[in-house]
Amino acid sequence: MNERVQLLLALADDELILGWRNSEWTGIAPSLEEDVAFSSIAQNEIGHARALYELAARELGTDADALAFDRSLDEYRSAPLVELRRLEWARTIARHWLYETADAIRLESLRASEDAELAGIAAKIDREEVYHRIHAEMWADRLLGSDEGRPRLEEALDELWPYALGVLDEELRPELVRRVEARLGRPMSDVEPVARGTHEAELAELLHEMTMVRRSAPAGARW
Amino acid sequence: MSSASPTRDHVWRALAEIPDPEIPVISIVDLGVIADVRVEGRRVEVDFTPTFMGCPALDTMRAQMEDAIRALDAEPDVRVVLDDSWSTDRITAEGRERLRDAGFAPPTPRTAEGPTLLQLERGLFHCPWCGSTDTRLDNLFGPTPCRSLRYCNACRQPFEQFKTI
Repeated sequence: MNERVQLLLALADDELILGWRNSEWTGIAPSLEEDVAFSSIAQNEIGHARALYELAARELGTDADALAFDRSLDEYRSAPLVELRRLEWARTIARHWLYETADAIRLESLRASEDAELAGIAAKIDREEVYHRIHAEMWADRLLGSDEGRPRLEEALDELWPYALGVLDEELRPELVRRVEARLGRPMSDVEPVARGTHEAELAELLHEMTMVRRSAPAGARW
Repeated sequence: MSSASPTRDHVWRALAEIPDPEIPVISIVDLGVIADVRVEGRRVEVDFTPTFMGCPALDTMRAQMEDAIRALDAEPDVRVVLDDSWSTDRITAEGRERLRDAGFAPPTPRTAEGPTLLQLERGLFHCPWCGSTDTRLDNLFGPTPCRSLRYCNACRQPFEQFKTI
């Protein structure tokens, strides 16, 4: 598998798994507006995953669904940050804001790529991601501005920091440090990133649930 | 069925008859998703630039384009172009008018940097019902990927705002 396909799969897996995690808030978010927001963000992320899988599938001679659902756990290239199950609001907002900040840096880098197809799809994805960033920043600021929210968000950010660094390749990490520190107004600790290549235990559970319907039908079923 | 090969003009007119599957007041041509049409004999190539990437209507749009071309007695080749060429700025003036008539605020023009929270909170957004600009942002997101939710303080009606991308 060439480097380009590996990159496409890493991007697609991040968006698919995070899309799934975001969808877990549907119906149980703290307000109706957030049910709508997290469901819509999930739909966008899964849409991005589909387009990225299609590009990878063309090179691998398969289809997007097979890449999304039929691989074994160790073939997924998602970052551990998106795999964590975080059904607690401050931790959800911490992950959301860290991921969107890291993803913005990654998309900027891809938009400057010499690979025109990759640069084009990154720019297209970024048009939608702008709204995710606004949403994430709005919530981060809201929690940081409250007496109860600030310590809870700060604690979650510290806990997830090594995972956030692990979303990006080494050369892009300093920019993430800069942006996060600028918004928080404090230094982040110098930690070892939890990088791509290992998986969190929660991923197995997620994949089991996510592929349940597809596995229940014999190969070749038409939906 | 016509015996002569279709012209580009025939194809454009046929595509203009196809409504958006989710917002049927606007045609897919007015939505700006047809980037190009090429006709060679009975073979018709269409460059289709999807709107929002998670939009479930995209497959339906594609199937309807293929049907419309087959109805012209031609063989369709609809190519999905996943580059950055579609923006809400591609929606035609007529398309915007139709959206507004249906109670759907058309997208505002896109700035170079894209939308910001400040712009969404303080910018000029017209209520599609009464035309007032005294509106507020209720939710960046809505029932489909292309919509935000706003509320008009003047006529006290919620409305859907087409997102600018």
